[in-house]
Amino acid sequence: MADIPPTTSDIPSNDADQSPVGRFLRATEIDTRLLGMIGALMLIWFGFHFYGVLVNGQGFFLTPRNLWNLSVQTSSIGIMATGMVLVIITRNIDLSVGALVGVTAMVMGILQVEILPQYLGLGHGSIWIVTVIVGMTLGATIGAFHGWLIAYRGIPAFIVTLGGLLIWRGSAFLAAGGKTISPVDETFSLLGGGPYGAIGSTGSWIVGLLACAGVLWMLYAGRNNRRRHDFRLRPMWAETFLGVLGCGVIIGSVLLVNAYPWPKGIIRQYAARNNIEVPAEGLFISHGFAIPVLILIVVGILMTILMTRTRFGRYVFAIGGNPEAAALAGINTRWMVLKIFALMGMLAGLAGVVASARLNSATNALGLLDELYVIAAAVIGGTSLAGGVGTIYGAILGALVMQSLQSGMVLIGFDTAIQQIVVGMVLVFAVYLDNLYRSKSK
Amino acid sequence: MTDRGTPLVEMRDFSISFGGIKAVDHVTVDLHAGEVVGLLGHNGAGKSTLIKCLSGAYQADAGEVYINGQKVEINNPRDARAQNIETIYQTLALADNLDAASNLFLGRELVNSMGFVDESKMEAETRKIMHRLNPNFQKFNVPVSALSGGQRQSVAIARAVYFNAKILIMDEPTAALGPQETQMVAELIEELKKQGLGIFLIEHDIHNVMKLCDRASVMMNGKLVGTVNVDEVTDEDILGMIILGKPAAQAA
Ligand SMILES: Nc1ncnc2c1ncn2[C@@H]1O[C@H](COP(=O)(O)OP(=O)(O)OP(=O)(O)O)[C@@H](O)[C@H]1O
Ligand SMILES: [Mg+2]
Repeated sequence: MADIPPTTSDIPSNDADQSPVGRFLRATEIDTRLLGMIGALMLIWFGFHFYGVLVNGQGFFLTPRNLWNLSVQTSSIGIMATGMVLVIITRNIDLSVGALVGVTAMVMGILQVEILPQYLGLGHGSIWIVTVIVGMTLGATIGAFHGWLIAYRGIPAFIVTLGGLLIWRGSAFLAAGGKTISPVDETFSLLGGGPYGAIGSTGSWIVGLLACAGVLWMLYAGRNNRRRHDFRLRPMWAETFLGVLGCGVIIGSVLLVNAYPWPKGIIRQYAARNNIEVPAEGLFISHGFAIPVLILIVVGILMTILMTRTRFGRYVFAIGGNPEAAALAGINTRWMVLKIFALMGMLAGLAGVVASARLNSATNALGLLDELYVIAAAVIGGTSLAGGVGTIYGAILGALVMQSLQSGMVLIGFDTAIQQIVVGMVLVFAVYLDNLYRSKSK
Repeated sequence: MTDRGTPLVEMRDFSISFGGIKAVDHVTVDLHAGEVVGLLGHNGAGKSTLIKCLSGAYQADAGEVYINGQKVEINNPRDARAQNIETIYQTLALADNLDAASNLFLGRELVNSMGFVDESKMEAETRKIMHRLNPNFQKFNVPVSALSGGQRQSVAIARAVYFNAKILIMDEPTAALGPQETQMVAELIEELKKQGLGIFLIEHDIHNVMKLCDRASVMMNGKLVGTVNVDEVTDEDILGMIILGKPAAQAA
């Protein structure tokens, strides 16, 4: 028999993961879980869009208008999901966040509509500031109280926050006697988005360019740091790729939010107010990034820094990985748990700001079932219920996935019952996939 | 026993019980600088519980700690660390989801001028000390759950050694180690002893005890059987104390 020429299958098996894709992922150090989530997101987006194209002759999902709305709708769940990551990493749960949104929003509503105008005058410039501070402080205080019961009184988090869910939902109702409080302070309402609650085209470009500069600086500083300690450097092409990708995504989203113009009515109102002549062909005024989305992004960045760059973040992970070891290493685990719940409460207060500002009112139903979406967002984003594992960006992406599903189903006209069934199935399936992923990557 | 001045540590009359079980029952042990004291006894004798009172993991029902003759309060692991007491726990006490460097510096992270955790510096330091303790160790960027038992033990040892302890507690430090690594730990103990550390060593292997320890305190059912100078007795004597629970003179 003639010699068989060597084929690719003769490569030893330990080189199997040297496939171009594997090499690419290793060089860029891109997390495969992140890729999976983005893949899922794209699947949902394109799926809903082309469903619309096929069934209705026109897709409504991948339009600047819908994606802009999607970003606003994601904000309040996303803000809370970043805090839920810490709670779940430390093997706890917080079922009360939706009720906290309700009670903080109600208190803020009463404060800014019924109390502060008496002392400061209606529409006074500091009303929104006082209101936001009170709302977030109230959230933090309630959260700290939950944390105290859990850490220092040994009541399981599930019970404390389940009780909290009922207590705070009831308190919100009693606070206003079941009424809806509206309209909120005008400046306050900007925190919820809407045409005026967005930073416009120029503002968005400034934010976008700053963000690009930030991405490039991070890559540069990271490379310098590795060089200083003689760690392995990413190849130059991988650095370039990451830089181009990061800036591409940022500039893409600037173009997207700037492609969504103000509706005609708002333009007319705005022109009348500012004595501008509207030309016959109409004015094109871009929304730009919505303020709640910027709040979410800032929260996301701060929480990421907290989790990856501070001792506090280290201790959160350590407690989740091995509470006993964390205590033996001198970490005051109870105090940490209290602080984590206080932080969660504060973020729920901030979500209360965004949610009530968006609705321009505080209602009894505000934040209803939010706890489930927040927990789902964190879990879909890769936070392990067994504790010790989770990322902030994952939770925000998870919130985006949940909201995309929800909005998409509304757009194609699924009714609430079907929506609930789908969301429930997706949650269970996502955790199953996550288990598979974890056991494979072990 | 010859008088050697004030001991580095003295644990005086310690007792602790867990729901009726007297895990440690009126035990007194001491340790001098530059000395290795072996703590011996059958499984469940109370060795780990005793040293956990010194490391701050447990709060004893009764008992006083004297360091260089001064009474000190140790109510939690932070207090113990503040007294330069470092511990290698039998369970290793590692956070499985964190890498070696994060575990090594857990609770004492290095921070930069802005107060942020300096991850690269911690990794660089970890590489240095691991190179000294276990040159074969290469897995710096994976969670310690992905390490072998011996590799995990090296991390726990590195943590105790890195922070310039004066008093070192080692609870079965070589249980998971191979012969070569065990030999390295033995050399490490000799070296630390020369530097003037006092070491409590819990160890079941009688040959290691005879080789490494200056004195041995034997426990049984929570009580101290007795303390002997290792070079004045045979391994048979010590085994007798462990098994029969009687002081060497009667056991012999
Ligand atoms: N946290 C605890 N709760 C209840 N009982 C405990 C606890 N810790 C130890 N004990 C009990 O105290 C006794 C002494 O245990 P200890 O761990 O000190 O033994 P040991 O001498 O270290 O044994 P080994 O050689 O097996 O490590 C045992 O009976 C054990 O069951
Ligand atoms: Mg033990």
